[in-house]
This record gives sequence, structure tokens and C-alpha cells, in this order.
Amino acid sequence: MPANPALKKPHNSIIEINAQDIATHELNNQLKQAVAAGANKILMKNVCGQRYIGTDINSPVEIEIEGTPGNDLGSFMNGPRITVHGNAQDGCGNTMNEGEIVVHGHAGDITGLSSRGGRIFIREGVGYRTGIHMKEYGNKKPIIVIGGAAQDFFGEYMAGGVLVLLALNMKDSDYHRTRYMGTGMHGGVIYMRGRLESHQLGREVGTAELNGADHEVLSGLVGQFAGHFDLNADKILRHEFTKLFPLYHRPYGRLYAY
Amino acid sequence: MQDLRKIQNPYNSDKVIDACSIFGMMDTSGQRFSGAAIIKAIGNMRVRGNGLGGGFAVYGLYPDYAEYYAMHVMYLSREGKTETEAFLKEKFHLVDADEIKTRPLAAIKDPPLVWRYFLKVNRYQAGIQADDDFVVDRVMDINIKIRDSFVFSSGKDMGVFKGVGYPEEIGQYFRLEEYEGYLWTSHGRYPTNSRGWWGGAHPFNILDWTVVHNGEISSYGINRRYLEQYGYICTMETDTEVIAYAIDLLVRKHGLPVDTISQVFAAPFWDDIDRKPPVEQELLRALRQTYGSLLLNGPFTLIIAHAGEMIGLTDRIRLRPLTAATKGKVLFLSSEEAAIRTISPQLESVWIPVGGEPIAGSLKIPLNPPSPVSVVAAYKMDR
Repeated sequence: MPANPALKKPHNSIIEINAQDIATHELNNQLKQAVAAGANKILMKNVCGQRYIGTDINSPVEIEIEGTPGNDLGSFMNGPRITVHGNAQDGCGNTMNEGEIVVHGHAGDITGLSSRGGRIFIREGVGYRTGIHMKEYGNKKPIIVIGGAAQDFFGEYMAGGVLVLLALNMKDSDYHRTRYMGTGMHGGVIYMRGRLESHQLGREVGTAELNGADHEVLSGLVGQFAGHFDLNADKILRHEFTKLFPLYHRPYGRLYAY
Repeated sequence: MQDLRKIQNPYNSDKVIDACSIFGMMDTSGQRFSGAAIIKAIGNMRVRGNGLGGGFAVYGLYPDYAEYYAMHVMYLSREGKTETEAFLKEKFHLVDADEIKTRPLAAIKDPPLVWRYFLKVNRYQAGIQADDDFVVDRVMDINIKIRDSFVFSSGKDMGVFKGVGYPEEIGQYFRLEEYEGYLWTSHGRYPTNSRGWWGGAHPFNILDWTVVHNGEISSYGINRRYLEQYGYICTMETDTEVIAYAIDLLVRKHGLPVDTISQVFAAPFWDDIDRKPPVEQELLRALRQTYGSLLLNGPFTLIIAHAGEMIGLTDRIRLRPLTAATKGKVLFLSSEEAAIRTISPQLESVWIPVGGEPIAGSLKIPLNPPSPVSVVAAYKMDR
């Protein structure tokens, strides 16, 4: 289910932007002008490395991107749904507050860093430090669902929200290569598929089987993920999942403050 | 005094977020291509630098002079040129010399004089010293002892072009679209700990080794002191310089295979070594213990090149980005995927390498079929 019902409105106003050879600042200005002009949907073509796309936009507009958007896609974003037909670079969803980013490819390092709300769906894998220091408060709860595998420091210093690692490119018996998973984690929850040796986990993380409430959350998110990428949710959910949770609320409390 | 804020922060943003940009492309079949593509690619990442350094390395550059050392020298004064040329004529046979052709550009301010020399070692002067050792020592002599003169390229059939400016401007300034090579690397600089000057731009070079680097080598002091014991003296005021000399020491002088340099620069953590098979443990411990002073601390992504090979490497916990891609027999390495797409929109594979693990392209193993698995596997099988 989309985060905001307004996203379901029929597309009665589509504005197209050709991003060819347009610098970051100018492209984001054009995007803001299109939103101000009342567009429900903005189609950005030939995007190639322009940064911060979608930043400072506070309405549930739909942004479709063809090409390779630059770093910090949707940073500080507050409402839009961005769909990328390609890969995302580093810092995708940096400190986003509300909205949705759907990437039909992989994403680079620090995906969803410091996010405070909204949802990110990546069809394939992610780089280092996905979800680093994401946090939640009240009804604000960021969610990141990864279809492939993750590199090191997944959920580092995680303080809230939900990370889902589906590892659809791996067999149930395969071991992840990732190391330092959940290092410094002190809030939120990670649901993951695939095997891990204990040394691949951060010292602040515990493992458990999913309970009824966990299964409910997971099946909802897998349903949304499958919807975005035209996959079979039931088939994904038939796999075995593990829950990772923080052992301590303040793992470094004694280190920095006596 | 020039107000740099207007150049570096044209929109008066609260914070300017920059980093260096690096890019490498190699046709593993040995086919040569012009510098136009890499100028465009590195230009796509303009926002990562701030115009205080840009440069290129090219391999397969001087096929007609392939057996001679090609020295590129920058002069800050006429006197430096006179002294250096007298020195070169004494120590070498001077095969050919010319001023490197440039194109006047408003963006390139106060460029030094840059000359190119094709040299053959004077056997009478070198005595029993091997050619490569003799050349390294003479490069150090010029850089330390002769005023206003800096050798920034000293290999065979390759060359470095660099200076103060955005890399795409430096590329235009040196007319690099008129040169051809099978392997090009490039760098856009955002200086953090030292001033932006012509010698401090990347790539850094000794013989045919070149390095471009994004990051900070916090072990620079230890690395530099260690290298001084072997006669490598740092003169370019930038941390990356130690990497070029370290590779020359490890591979050429100490005879280590090229793929072990990643195990020295980005040595696995001790507890990771403990989990390796016994034979590998022994090797990795020996390398860490012997070359502890060449461990590179701090965040880095490197593109290292020498004749016939290009290697991408990040630090162990990947604190700087690297994306790899293939198209046909061409291997790309870049700080950002978009820079690759800007010159090659359709790619066969794009992936993000694991921290501390090298990605290599080699003339010895042309990419075929191109996939990330085959690139890594072929690299390991070759050694």
C-alpha cells in the first residue's frame, strides 16, 4: 500500500524534463517549478549523475527517472515517490522524512543513511553501510527492503525502523559475505534471509526466530516489494528468515559518559 | 586576493560537499583510443573536485619511442630548465625533446613550462646500476636538488599530464584528444591537507607506475619515512606520492606479485587472517609483519596502473566509493557509475567491488566473456 493515498490519484498532469547536460542545481530548480506548476507526475529523461533529485519537495508527486541519478537521491525528501529505471549511486534516501524510492537495479553505499521516515525498495543489492543510523519516533518509521545481498556494516548504528534483506540472488544454504552486520545497532529490527557466521555480526546484535508480529510486518513489506518489481510475494515468504535485534539500548553509554 | 568562495560555492550553499573523482578505462585487447572519452567522463564528476588539480595517465602513448624513457618535466623558471637539461645530457643520451603542446585556456592560470624528453641511459654514467634504478635515482636528484624542476612522469611508452584546474580543462589544455592509448586514468582533485599546485595534482608516477587516489592517507608520515630508507624522497606535498613509490619498491625491487600489493596496502584484519586456511595465514602474517610500515591507513580508493594492467582498490572498510563496469573488452573503474554511463550508456555489467579486494584488467587476460565473476576469477588464476 502506498504511504500516501494521494499517490493513487490518476495522472492528469505529466511534465517531462530532459536532463541531458543540465547541472544539478538547475535540474532541481526545474523539478521544483514542475511541482509548483501542479504536475502529478514528472518524467525525467537522460539523468546522468545529477545529485539531490527530489530534495526540498514536500508533496506526494511521482518522479520517474530514466538513467543514473547522482548521489543523495531523494535526500531530505518529504513526500514524493521516486522510481529509478537503473541503478542508484551513494547516499540514496539520505535523511528522508516521508515518501518512497523504488530502484529497479542496485544502490551504492550508505543507502537510507539517517532516514527518519519513508520507504526505500531496491530490487538488487546494496553497497556498504545501508541504513546507517536510521531512526524512528512516534509514527515515523523508515523502511528499507533490499532484494539482493548487502555489503558490510548493514544497519550500522541503527537506531530505529525496519531493514529487510531478501538476498534473492542466494540459495537458502548460502552464506552472506557481509561483515560487521548491525555493528552498534541500538534500535529497530532487521529481517534477513541467508546464513551468517557469528563473526559476521556486530557485537551489539542478537538473533531470534520471527514471532507472529514479526511475520505480519515482514509479509506486508514483502508484499509491497513484490508489487513494485512484479514478483511472487508468497514464494519469497516461503523462505526462512532470521530476526536481528539490538541487545542494548545504549551500547556505548559507558564508553562516552560515566 | 582572489575570492575562492565564489568559485567553489557559486550558489552560496551552507555546506559544499566535495570529494576527489577518479576514473580509469582500459581496452584489454590493447586497442588504442583517444583521450576525448575520458575527458568527458571525468568532466561528469566535476562537482566532486574544486578546480585545484586535475590529471591523466596514458599507456601505449609513445609507440614510436617505446624503448626510451619518456620524462615529462615541469619548470617553474627558465633557470630550472637550463640546469635540468644540462643534467639530463650528462646522465642520458637525449634521443628527442620537445615542449609539450598546449592550448591556451582562460581557466588555466600561470602554467609552468612543461617539456618532454626521450632518454636512453648513459651506460658510462650508470655503471653497474640497472636502468630502472638509475632512472629512479636521477628523478629524485632533479626533484630534490635542481631548483624549480619537477619530473612528474618517467616511464616508457606512457605519460602523465597534470596541473591546476578541473580535469576536463587540464585535458583540453594538454590537447589530450590528440593522443591515443589503450589505458587511461584520470583524477579530479579536492585538496584537503595540502595546497593545490601543479606537482600536487594526480596521477603520481615513478617509472611506468601511476596512481590516482580519492581519500586521505593518514599513515603518510610512517609510509614516507619507511620509503626514505630505500631512497624514495617525497617532494610533491601530497600523501598519494607514497603509494607510487611503495608499489615500485614492492613489485620492482622486492619482486612481489602485483596482486599482493592489495594485501600490503589493505591488509586483512588480524581476526580475518585467523580464519583463513593455514598456508594463506602464513603469507598474510608475513606480509603484514614485513610491510607494516606500508599499510595504508585511512580512507582510500585507488586506481593503480602500469604497462598492460589497471587495478582498482579501496580500503578494507570501503570509506571511498568505487564502481566497476565492462563493455566488450573495455574495463571501467570510476568513483560514480554516471561518469561511465556518460560515455558508454549501454554496459554489459556494472558492480560495486568489495572493500580491500582488487579489480584488475590486464592485456594478458582480455575480458571475454565480460562479467564481474570472470574478471575476478581470471585475475586470481593468472597469479
